[in-house]
Amino acid sequence: MKHLLSGNEAIARGAYEAGIKVASAYPGTPSTEILENIVQYKDNIYCEWAPNEKVATEVAYGAAVAGTRSICAMKHVGLNVAADPLFTAGYMGTNAGYVIVTADDPSMHSSQNEQDNRYYAKAAKVALVEPSDSQECKDFVKIACEISEQFDTPVLFRTTTRINHSKTLVEFGEREEREMVPYERRVRKYVCTPANAYRTHPIVEDRLAALEEYANTCPINKVEMKGTKIGVITASVAYQYAKEVFPEDTSFLKLGLTYPLPMKLIADFASKVEKLYVIEELEPFMEDQIKAAGIECIGKELTGKLYELNTQLLRDRIFGTTPDTREVTVKPASRPAVLCPGCPHRGFFYTLSKNKNFVVTGDIGCYTLGAAAPLSAIDMVVCMGAGFSAGMGMSKAFEVEGKTEKKVFGVLGDSTFFHSGMTGAAEIIWNKGKMIPCILDNRITGMTGHQENPGSGYTLMGEKVPEIVIEKILEAYGYENIIIVDPQDLTAMQKAVDDALASTVPAAIIARRPCLLLKRANIERSTCTVDTDKCIGCKQCLKVGCPAVAMRDGKAYIDKAQCVGCTVCAQVCPMGAIEKEEK
Amino acid sequence: MSKTKSAMLVGVGGQGTILISKILTSGLLKAGYDVKQSEVHGMAQRGGSVSTQVRWGEKVYGPVIGKGEADILVAFEQMEAVRYADFLKPDGVCIVNRYRQDSIATAAELETYPEGCLEAMEAAFNTIIVDASDIANELGNPRCMNVVLFGAMCDRLGVDVDWEAVVAETVPQKALELNIKAFRAGKEAAAK
Repeated sequence: MKHLLSGNEAIARGAYEAGIKVASAYPGTPSTEILENIVQYKDNIYCEWAPNEKVATEVAYGAAVAGTRSICAMKHVGLNVAADPLFTAGYMGTNAGYVIVTADDPSMHSSQNEQDNRYYAKAAKVALVEPSDSQECKDFVKIACEISEQFDTPVLFRTTTRINHSKTLVEFGEREEREMVPYERRVRKYVCTPANAYRTHPIVEDRLAALEEYANTCPINKVEMKGTKIGVITASVAYQYAKEVFPEDTSFLKLGLTYPLPMKLIADFASKVEKLYVIEELEPFMEDQIKAAGIECIGKELTGKLYELNTQLLRDRIFGTTPDTREVTVKPASRPAVLCPGCPHRGFFYTLSKNKNFVVTGDIGCYTLGAAAPLSAIDMVVCMGAGFSAGMGMSKAFEVEGKTEKKVFGVLGDSTFFHSGMTGAAEIIWNKGKMIPCILDNRITGMTGHQENPGSGYTLMGEKVPEIVIEKILEAYGYENIIIVDPQDLTAMQKAVDDALASTVPAAIIARRPCLLLKRANIERSTCTVDTDKCIGCKQCLKVGCPAVAMRDGKAYIDKAQCVGCTVCAQVCPMGAIEKEEK
Repeated sequence: MSKTKSAMLVGVGGQGTILISKILTSGLLKAGYDVKQSEVHGMAQRGGSVSTQVRWGEKVYGPVIGKGEADILVAFEQMEAVRYADFLKPDGVCIVNRYRQDSIATAAELETYPEGCLEAMEAAFNTIIVDASDIANELGNPRCMNVVLFGAMCDRLGVDVDWEAVVAETVPQKALELNIKAFRAGKEAAAK
């Protein structure tokens, strides 16, 4: 019986079948559901959320070196955080199978950039596999473990959003129970002193040569020979689009092991077809290498480097077939993502939005939405952790330039604090920063769909553990004025901001209220209602940026289907026209 | 290739497009088709515009489609129908819920919610307008709007399956009776 599984569900199943026993990850779209699904095999696989991707990659690496097959998973930018262990693990190799999943996000459905992580495999000199559907997601985990063990290398397992989040049919296999690979201390291999690394580098080059040789014959690099007119070299989801779009008599070289590229196989395939296309999403990763080998091919000049591909784009760009569409005379208004009704971040950002001299450096999470109109309360978001450290740089610049009226607030969430905010918090104290670090503690990792973090009191496997208390960390760092406030109480929120700015000792704000959607917080819901006799239509309530509040016939209107009764709009109403309804 | 069919379900995050794609894919698998389904998670879901794509046929390759490639477009909200209209084939069918939900941009009066979404869709496509939200409210639970819409779309799929049985198997069992009523009401509304 076949199962309709997302790529992420299939990778989890693959980890189970491959006999993997240790799995670690930090959540990040589109990779999150891998560990969320591995946890169903917790009797067979130890699995955890790590505080960040670097930690996850190191935990999995340690397990593999100890002799147990392991996997770690992250979104593409997570691999930037984990790049340090990746590059040196690439030198030192492994003992048992070691798989690093990177989930890239072409078109940036939920990401800050569109980086193509295949280049990491080349740069770190490790093997790269790319599945093209859920069946391959499952099967390739085991194959990746085998390649890892056979060639003594970490394997980078690269997916894209459409692989992670598309459901396709999967046939299950049995779990392969594996004996631990015996562990012994091997200082030359696993201690990366300069002298050892010097001796290791030639081994890495030999391993890559051997891997390339293997890639020429490995079963996941397949030739589908049909005609001799057109040949297509492709991998990942681009294979599916190309199969659908190119004529029946097109020959395919479908690659699953995409670094090192099987150059002999490619040259042989190229020699058998009149016209060769390389179809890949984003960068010309394969194309550049193929062209460098002196093989003529057509690729990015037609397909472009931007965004996801799809069938219609390929038809258009390769065969010049413009899509047959009908014009609709009405133009839709935009519908961007927004903080949910009742989101605890709303009161925080509304308060900061009122002072034009506030500069707010934000971070990655639901609270990034504080940047969106009408709140428009964030100046800069770069990456996780930068809410504090980029804010430090801005405040130092204002300081040296004499712009003392500018007040910098660095903002990040609880999970992000543990991920990479703690170093920034230390930086601010150590180097006498004149900025206010703010932690929006909603008691969970929000944007990715409620994963536990070191402050939430539970592990991925459901065990209750002590919560790591953010204010105790800040206190240990030397923050002497730690203001803990409920951001939904706008008076208290304003007072917290004023107190922090007036503080003569290092101050920090913890805006603490559980995410409204967090089931275990059991937040009581009601609704607010507008007294239209009192409402003067001043639209002050629209400034809180709540999707439940709009204007109808010149008066404020609250959509009861969306309203949860948080009262933030009521608190800003100058006429007292909005009231919470008694249940 | 030409035998592969595509349905696109569009709406606002939280409207229940996922349950409908689950019902749809279950039925398609039952009918013996190869099926692929694609959706997006994360940032894109927070009250934003969402789309789920379902493709079926003897052998399906791409999990997503491009403009002018959908056979059926089901819009859970009327402005979303307009937004995704260019994905629909000129001879495709559009099923729209007669329901308007402001976006944050229109609620905060940064943009205007367009008038005439339904009429524009009717002028361009074979369009079936269903009062799915009203029907769901009458049935006592606004959340079963998605199943009403599924009832309205199922006969346009051209798939020989007992959809009511599939709905019964797929929906949460504690809400079985309500969902069957919703399914039948949607089917009836679309047949008018």
